[in-house]
Amino acid sequence: MKELEFPFDSRYIMRHRRGIKKQLLADGSERIKVRIAVLGGSTTNDIVSAMELFLLDSGIEPAFWQSEYNRFYEDAVFGNESLESFHPDVIYIHTTSCNLKYIPDDPNETEDDIKQRLEMQTSILKQVWTSLAKNFGVPIIQNNFELPLYRHTGSYDRWGITGRSAFIDRMNLAVSEYARNCHGFYVNDINYLSAAVGLEKWHDPDSWFLYKYAMNIDAIPDLAYSTVCIIRSLYGKNKKAVALDLDNTLWGGVIGDDGQEGIEIGEETAEGESYSMLQNWLRTYKKYGILLTVCSKNDAENALLGLEHPSGILRPDDFASIKANWQPKSENIEASAAELGLLPESFIFVDDNPAECDIVSSQLPSVRTIEASSVKDTLYRLSRSSWFEVTDLSGDDLVRNEMYAANAKRQAMQKQFTNYTDYLLSLDMHAEIADFTPVFLPRITQLTNKSNQFNLTTRRYTSKEMEDISRSSDRIRLCGSLTDKFGDNGIVSVIIGRCEKETLHVELWLMSCRVLKRDMEYAMLDELVHQCIRRGISRIMGYYYKTEKNSMVAELYGDLGFTLLNKSENGSSVWNLDLDTYENKNKVIKVNEKEKIYE
Amino acid sequence: MNDQDIITRLNSVFRDVFDDDSLSVSENTTSADIEDWDSIEHINLISAVEDEFSMQFRMREVSGMKNVGEMIAIIKERGKQ
Repeated sequence: MKELEFPFDSRYIMRHRRGIKKQLLADGSERIKVRIAVLGGSTTNDIVSAMELFLLDSGIEPAFWQSEYNRFYEDAVFGNESLESFHPDVIYIHTTSCNLKYIPDDPNETEDDIKQRLEMQTSILKQVWTSLAKNFGVPIIQNNFELPLYRHTGSYDRWGITGRSAFIDRMNLAVSEYARNCHGFYVNDINYLSAAVGLEKWHDPDSWFLYKYAMNIDAIPDLAYSTVCIIRSLYGKNKKAVALDLDNTLWGGVIGDDGQEGIEIGEETAEGESYSMLQNWLRTYKKYGILLTVCSKNDAENALLGLEHPSGILRPDDFASIKANWQPKSENIEASAAELGLLPESFIFVDDNPAECDIVSSQLPSVRTIEASSVKDTLYRLSRSSWFEVTDLSGDDLVRNEMYAANAKRQAMQKQFTNYTDYLLSLDMHAEIADFTPVFLPRITQLTNKSNQFNLTTRRYTSKEMEDISRSSDRIRLCGSLTDKFGDNGIVSVIIGRCEKETLHVELWLMSCRVLKRDMEYAMLDELVHQCIRRGISRIMGYYYKTEKNSMVAELYGDLGFTLLNKSENGSSVWNLDLDTYENKNKVIKVNEKEKIYE
Repeated sequence: MNDQDIITRLNSVFRDVFDDDSLSVSENTTSADIEDWDSIEHINLISAVEDEFSMQFRMREVSGMKNVGEMIAIIKERGKQ
């Protein structure tokens, strides 16, 4: 919803929040249900209502539990029955500098006194974090601390050892360090946020005196949005690609009219310099695994000419897909998405022309558009909307662009073969398919919560649930990784099945779209059947739960030789496979060779 | 700004905040008359009214206001067009 996109009008949102909520709930879209416990060191009611709107707008339907006013410590450390029975999926600890009860207030104190204060303060928080992690094992989001507006001693408050600002700096370092060393713990940077909003606007002592809000009411939507960015990243709602216009978006001028020497990029002019900064900024996104694509109304050769400008920073091979033609841009985004195995909803579209942004928004409402009226505005919207919020930066993210480059090489090679099986054989594919191991659990959980298209049941699991499953004796678990001559795709497929006497119920089966049409699903099923037979299981029941996004696998079980038992009106279906006559299906991937050497 | 202007604008604030187009406030309206007007929603309402009239209530006014009539009196004194 436009009203909830960054930059939003906070007052408008709060005044109309009931109406906005009603409208969001009425749009009929499918949402992941997430239970969020908010443990507050100050009032949290309006924070929760604003979070609800941003979450609903990101495809997440939240249920909230809030601690009583300032009971975050007691609820976490001594336990709280209602919190336990709520079974949160995510815990948000909303504390602020108001809750720093050991903050210094005496200039006579020594370095040692301050160290002791720091230790006492961090130990309170660590008790909260460790007991929540132990009791719930779900992601924890923790605010860091904002600077004060009022200072007794001016700048000395920051650099003097007994200063409050100095204490807050050290607390923030401690929080960040804890986060870096603790999986499933995320910092909500309200220190940045309060600075970006402006401390004079952020702080409002009256809101504290009247309502015990730790910040100005007007800043609540900003805080809520920042928290929601972390949650939606945890639930795989981040964007994955930026589709970029070229003329007056990536450089100044029009390449078709002005020619390569006429466009502005590079240090010679102020405008050229601004586009260099933008290109540089985008190149860094690429290093974080964000895909860049071109979506431009241009002749293809002109587009390349612009991207080969001697002072340019982004080069043609920095883009995972280049669409420079005269087709509607919405169609080009869809085409790039299909090429990359993504959904259009994974894209942000950047264009200086408001009409193009409008067309894309109306044809593909799930694509977020950014009107690039100037470089500074583009950077502002692209970064502050935080659609690339990092929660777990996996090795996979860092090499994602290489994986897509390898895919392009595969596609080029495919053209040399007329027979598809010959092509698959030429890839020299090797798979490892085995039970979950602890080192792979984070990646398995990440993939499980992000996969939408090749996903039979679209079940989501918290890290804790996944750990429980990995120890459960009545489950068969498989995770498969795939390597070929062009590179290592890492873990790309996951199956979880529950054994019940002689039947295996497939609770989860998903595969990353980057290995579609490689027969990996055959290899997975072969291994599943193999393990079933070893455990004396004689049949497999498969379930297809229809969602907006998984029509790709509606007939998968049928194609694999399962018999349809039941199809309900909503399109979901139940399938059966008897194992006595099963024959291996995979003929092109070599599976678990390492294991075989030792057998 | 006369009382009627203020009531008209207040009415639109109340309708937005409580998402109820049938609301019609008068000087005598109190929180007891509107189901959703509790202490939590009061905060939101006050801040929307402040925004509408580009003014700020004082702390004792926020907690002491007994009906819409008192709100109107304060707005008349300090509110802007």
